Amino acid sequence: MKQYSGKTIFNGVAIGKILFYEKKEQQIKRVKTEDTEAEIKRYEVAKQKAIKQLKDLYDKALVDVGEANAMIFDVHAMMLEDTDYNDSVYNIINNEGVNAEFAVATTGDNFSIMFAEMDDEYFKARAADVKDISERVIDVLSGNTSDNNIISEPVIIVAKDLAPSETVQMDKTKLLGFVTKFGSSNSHTAILARTMNIPALIGIEIDSEWNGKTAVIDGRRGLLFIEPDEDTLEKYKAEIEKDEEAKKLLTNLKGLKDETLDGKQIKLYANIGSVADVANVLANDATGIGLFRSEFLYLEKTDYPTEEEQFQVYKTVVQNMAGKKVVIRTLDIGADKQVDYFNMDKEENPAMGYRAIRICLDRLDIFKTQLRALYRASAFGSVAIMFPMIISVDEVIRIKKICEEIKYELSSNGIDYGEVELGIMIETPAAVMISDLLAKEVDFFSIGTNDLTQYTLAIDRQNSKLDNIYDSHHEAVLRMIQMVIDNGHKEGIWVGICGELGADTTLTETFIKMGIDELSVSPSFILPIRKIIRETKSM
Amino acid sequence: MKEFSYIIKDEIGIHARPAGLLAKEAKAFTSKITIEVNGKNADVTRLMAVMGLGAKKGDEVTIRAEGEDEDAAIEKMKGFFERLL
Repeated sequence: MKQYSGKTIFNGVAIGKILFYEKKEQQIKRVKTEDTEAEIKRYEVAKQKAIKQLKDLYDKALVDVGEANAMIFDVHAMMLEDTDYNDSVYNIINNEGVNAEFAVATTGDNFSIMFAEMDDEYFKARAADVKDISERVIDVLSGNTSDNNIISEPVIIVAKDLAPSETVQMDKTKLLGFVTKFGSSNSHTAILARTMNIPALIGIEIDSEWNGKTAVIDGRRGLLFIEPDEDTLEKYKAEIEKDEEAKKLLTNLKGLKDETLDGKQIKLYANIGSVADVANVLANDATGIGLFRSEFLYLEKTDYPTEEEQFQVYKTVVQNMAGKKVVIRTLDIGADKQVDYFNMDKEENPAMGYRAIRICLDRLDIFKTQLRALYRASAFGSVAIMFPMIISVDEVIRIKKICEEIKYELSSNGIDYGEVELGIMIETPAAVMISDLLAKEVDFFSIGTNDLTQYTLAIDRQNSKLDNIYDSHHEAVLRMIQMVIDNGHKEGIWVGICGELGADTTLTETFIKMGIDELSVSPSFILPIRKIIRETKSM
Repeated sequence: MKEFSYIIKDEIGIHARPAGLLAKEAKAFTSKITIEVNGKNADVTRLMAVMGLGAKKGDEVTIRAEGEDEDAAIEKMKGFFERLL
């Protein structure tokens, strides 16, 4: 058994025989010709045919991997129509008196070198696209019916590099995974692999000797095993089985309603921490986002994120969710999440210190920047804003006043915004005790069980010595949840749970019977919880 | 001649798809439309040349249009950049 490590593209496991895939090396001959006009005509015909192929590929990809990913083939067609590319081909044919194949190959090389030499990773990766389109035209010119049905049995493809068109054309039912030497995680091929859920690794020193041997791709840890031993095989077979079960759940439950046996609809939403998580939300069929932690916008930066930067991020998420609810939580830093440029003092007890809404209501510039970005994004879909660490009605009234100011400013500047629900996190015992009063002021409650448990039980989550007495099912916490639900319902607002407890499948039935309206969980928990909801009665 | 400047906001910069769409839009005008980034110029109808400029997020680009329909062209370009880049 040999083990290699590379960069992972998609987090799955694959076991199978290796097929070492080598591109038919195009031996382009330079042929002198007198009749350059005929060569140009041949090129034009071949180009049109290639563009037609790309349109067909676009249609196929549209169905398989969606519009955003199919777009690459549209771009390829545009590249083939580029003036400079075409001028270069004509010039080489005319000036050197050579065949079209040679002119296209030379042009392709030149443009691909231009991109490869650029200093930006994205543009560097475009070199592969130029090569791809040039090879396509050459294939047509030389009458190669590009036979991409190279796979006849399920295999792991090992190749130097794969072009997006090659990836899309492979028969996905037989493509177990792929390993390449080149390519970047930004490449279109990588993006396609992720969309098609194919375990893939890049950056591995490949060897043609591997052809026909058994291999394991461990996409979770970025490992490749050639000729794995029995133990390794067993271990990964078990992982695949687990994944298969999850997949089954997915196919059986996708598209179904989150409805109890007696017909109560539960909002089953997802928790996310970045834009990249949205793909996972959609793949797991969540009907909305119940907690979008906005901290990453601040944690990833060396200075305060601008309104425009934030707006772009919120807008992207809201647009991708296409009208489904997106609940965005305003900045929740402090305690265990620190950001250098906020220059905060060291605290004895940060969990009970200067954090979350307390910072926002103190430093209104930061708060208002975020709120303006959020309201602007609300014009593009269904946005709700949620405020963390609330302990008093006064805080909520101040927040609402600031929101009104923001709306007024936007209106006076002629900037659009939509209907925005305003809600609060219930994560302090104080908020629980006055939830009857708070419910009169807001549109929804979302219970943050992690903090609520630590404050209620007076147990520091970071202290591992206390793990044995930390009881997340403590009766005190459950009673608090019941109290919040009841007080919310008295005022006609919806109540959800977005903490880790929401994803605790042993409590799902209990929560439903308590009257919970919404559960927001990590994307991977959506379908297991949907299953329970559908098997439970609400009364 | 008409011109305007714009700071690129798109995360990747002027990437393949907008460059392609830009070329298409510009071909509808008779005016010559160019883009300047960091002292380098390209005709916007030339997709590869525009991508070759490698305009990134935060770069200032200047768009110039010269010809009979330069007013309409510059308006269209403004809208295009604000919407997509």
